[in-house]
Amino acid sequence: MGPRFKLFLPLFLFALLAIVLFRGLFLDPSEMPSALIDRPLPSFSLPALGGDRQLSREDVTGEVALLNVWATWCVSCRVEHPYLKQLADKGIPIYGLNYKDSDSAAQRWLDELGDPYRLNIADREGTLGVDLGVYGAPETYLLDANGVVRYRHVGVVDAQVWETVLEPLYRELKTGQVAP
Amino acid sequence: MRLLCSLVAICLVLLSGRALALIETYEFSSPALEARYQQLSEELRCPKCQNQNIADSNAPIAQDLRKLLHQQLEAGASDEEILDYMVARYGEFVRYRPRFGGTTVLLWLAPVLLLLAAIGVLLATLRSRAKVADNPDASLTAAEQARLQTMLDKSERDS
Amino acid sequence: MIPEIGHFALIIAFCLSLILATVPAWGAWRGNSVAMALAPSLAVGMLVFVAISFACLATAFLQDDFSVQLVASHSNSLLPPIYKFSAVWGNHEGSLLLWALILAFWTAAVAVLSPQLPLLVLSRVLSVMGAIAIGFMAFSLFTSNPFARLLPGAPADGGDLNPLLQDPGLIIHPPLLYMGYVGFSVAFAFAIAALLGGRLDASWARWSRPWTNIAWGFLSLGIMLGSWWAYYELGWGGWWFWDPVENASFMPWLAGTALIHSLAATEKRGLFKSWTVLLAIFAFSLSLLGTFLVRSGVLTSVHAFATDPARGMFILVFLAVVVGGSLTLYAFRAPAVSSRVGFDWVSRESLLLCNNVVFLVATLTVLFGTLFPLIVDAMGLGKVSVGPPYFNAVFVPLMALLVPVMGMGPVSRWKRDNVSRWRQQLLIPTAVAVLCGITLPLLHAPYNIWVALAVLLSSWLLLGLLQDFWQRLRNASSTASGVKRLTPSYWGMVIAHLGFAACVIGIVATSQYSVEHDLKMEPGDSRELAGYEFRFIEVAQVRGPNFVADEARFEVTRNGEWVANLNPQKRRYLASGSIMTEAAIDAGLFRDLYVAMGEPVGTDGAWAMRLHYKPMVRWMWLGAILMAVGAFAAAADKRYRRQRVATKASSEAVLHGA
Repeated sequence: MGPRFKLFLPLFLFALLAIVLFRGLFLDPSEMPSALIDRPLPSFSLPALGGDRQLSREDVTGEVALLNVWATWCVSCRVEHPYLKQLADKGIPIYGLNYKDSDSAAQRWLDELGDPYRLNIADREGTLGVDLGVYGAPETYLLDANGVVRYRHVGVVDAQVWETVLEPLYRELKTGQVAP
Repeated sequence: MRLLCSLVAICLVLLSGRALALIETYEFSSPALEARYQQLSEELRCPKCQNQNIADSNAPIAQDLRKLLHQQLEAGASDEEILDYMVARYGEFVRYRPRFGGTTVLLWLAPVLLLLAAIGVLLATLRSRAKVADNPDASLTAAEQARLQTMLDKSERDS
Repeated sequence: MIPEIGHFALIIAFCLSLILATVPAWGAWRGNSVAMALAPSLAVGMLVFVAISFACLATAFLQDDFSVQLVASHSNSLLPPIYKFSAVWGNHEGSLLLWALILAFWTAAVAVLSPQLPLLVLSRVLSVMGAIAIGFMAFSLFTSNPFARLLPGAPADGGDLNPLLQDPGLIIHPPLLYMGYVGFSVAFAFAIAALLGGRLDASWARWSRPWTNIAWGFLSLGIMLGSWWAYYELGWGGWWFWDPVENASFMPWLAGTALIHSLAATEKRGLFKSWTVLLAIFAFSLSLLGTFLVRSGVLTSVHAFATDPARGMFILVFLAVVVGGSLTLYAFRAPAVSSRVGFDWVSRESLLLCNNVVFLVATLTVLFGTLFPLIVDAMGLGKVSVGPPYFNAVFVPLMALLVPVMGMGPVSRWKRDNVSRWRQQLLIPTAVAVLCGITLPLLHAPYNIWVALAVLLSSWLLLGLLQDFWQRLRNASSTASGVKRLTPSYWGMVIAHLGFAACVIGIVATSQYSVEHDLKMEPGDSRELAGYEFRFIEVAQVRGPNFVADEARFEVTRNGEWVANLNPQKRRYLASGSIMTEAAIDAGLFRDLYVAMGEPVGTDGAWAMRLHYKPMVRWMWLGAILMAVGAFAAAADKRYRRQRVATKASSEAVLHGA
């Protein structure tokens, strides 16, 4: 440790900084994991879309499923919609959370474009949305059989997102559910 | 199409709503609540925006959170309860004033540690310089004397 | 055709920078004075060609050449000509060209204004600046070509400049800011040249000092304009948000402040050489880091340019080469053994060191706070935000530590002072400052302890300066000769320190005393705010060159007397359809009145309005202007010119001897 050693300190610190910055180039600062990961879906009591039933947490839990947050004012939801129907046709259970929308517009949307959802929760005031930490539509939550949130995808679910991200998790949860 | 894409991208990035300061006219039951509303809405980060607090953002989610904040304040919730409520739903990310604990311990302690370290170096420097000022030769250690001598020899040789 | 000429000129400038970075450096290494003597002409040539390139881009904007992609996406035929011109740098590619232009300008300025510098030093300095220019021009040419065409398929009209940028403040804010950012490259180049030559002495400090002061002055002005712009343009009266992009400009300023003080000790006393060199490297590295943060997208910011990972990678590699390279050079070449220059505990040197401690800690804290979310994310520990509450909590106490030291600095002596003299000198200023701190805040009810503290500290600063000033005059034979004997660098110091005091008062008073209300108002309504009566008269429709607007008419009175008419607007820009609020401000030295329009509420003609009362807010910006004026004054000191004449003689001697 000669006196020159301390002159290397700035270089060393800069090297550390450069590593962090390099790593930062491959991160997306706007990607936000849900605060509810591995926590149960919040309980709620909200009407079903197109009916006078009151829905609660129990109506959408019990098996591994997707909970899709959508609205008719959301442009990307229209992009996503056909793929959701494909998934529903494959037998993937999808529940809808119709977020801050009007019932009639939502009903018309489903009549015109088809209905991939098993059930639709009409969250007109966005209260369940807040409890879920939703900050825009579309968002898609993956729930396990116990109604615990396992993953959230923000943005459109398409073939690429499904095959690379959601489906592997979905399969894993399915087998995990059967195994024990 | 490429132009369209880049235009959309630019709009998204540059027009992220800063100048659209949305002004709401909430009624508060007391000026103290209004002051807390202002403070909290400036300390909560809009989850969807680029880098804005919920007071300055025009995004729908920021409007919702302001409404929620107003309701909770009027319902008598404490600052801590409100912050916990928000964090439980949107994550630690929404706190512009990071909680002290876990990873942020270093963040909060860093300025103090840095200042102490810098003051330490300052005092050491001042002491050694003051020694030199008092007695320019005595401050050289034996090793430094030797080094100085070789340097002097070298410079003599060079010239 | 014109864009192609611009593109071609940029390529030529790039080639010149390649030659500038290599040939004179080689000449300096091998002692070839012909190669060294090429440097100034190459520097000027580089400026000429970058300027041609920039002029071509500006022409494309002014002529509405929408076949150029940049023009198509950032301009519009309805835009007033001045904004067409400023639209050149209202985007990533164009602002990068502005960077290159200003860098070429500084390089040429060094080449032209220092012919008396020893050729060896000059050629090294210009080569280093040429090397930096290579990086920026390559960045422009290879990743962000501003001249790219949209052929075929040029649109009939452009997408418009972001309305936020259609503002006089934004015409000059980026050029000033870049003058500061890039100006630190001169101090950096001098430092690298000194390390290469192995001669870190007082003359090195004297050469780089005026350049550093000027760059720092520009940076102060640039930051101040940005803050002022945010205040009146964003519509909610904030003036500093601690956004990563703001921090990116603030960090070089903080490091630069430490640098100009450390340079003083190096020049006057030959002290802290390694440290000063490190600060010079540090200040410019932070400028480059700022560029990386703004343009790579690693941090979220409202001001960020549309980002692209390839660009981020380019700047990161460039950053690694420049900063890593210079720190490696530093590690091997900086003197490891400190100079045998002593000074006492009680001396100006120790106070300057205290300044350096505070500014270094402040810089590193802002840096750490800005990067902390990225660090946490990179380590996979989740997402956190670090915002204004954190920065204020750590920054304000640091500045409070600084001011007492600042008050003592000017009255203290180099090398050795004594406590009893300090006591005697500062007794009256201290007493008067305490008195001011207690009484002045009484003028504004309710009494505010923070304002009292700020007044105490600022008046201590002011009175310390006055005391020193008076001493100097008293020691002279007559007042006139005393004033005459004061050097521009002394005046510069006084003005800049006064500016700082004004800033402190402005910031604290406006933070503590501001009153803000969001209200629903109908035409005819009146509201009282801090003693002023705001009467909302009506809403009118107005039309601007490229927008239509709702304009609210307010009349402000105080105790029945007319104060101002305020007409805030809510604009809709025709080309992009974007909506903007345009606040109306009645500016005053002691208070601003500020009205911004929100949305219509209900159907009976009511509007949401935001009213602000902002006392002393101007002092902050006036303070920044004073700081810049002080820096420019200090750079104008005769000493630097006189010394040039002296070096001319010696450099000629060197040349003749060689």
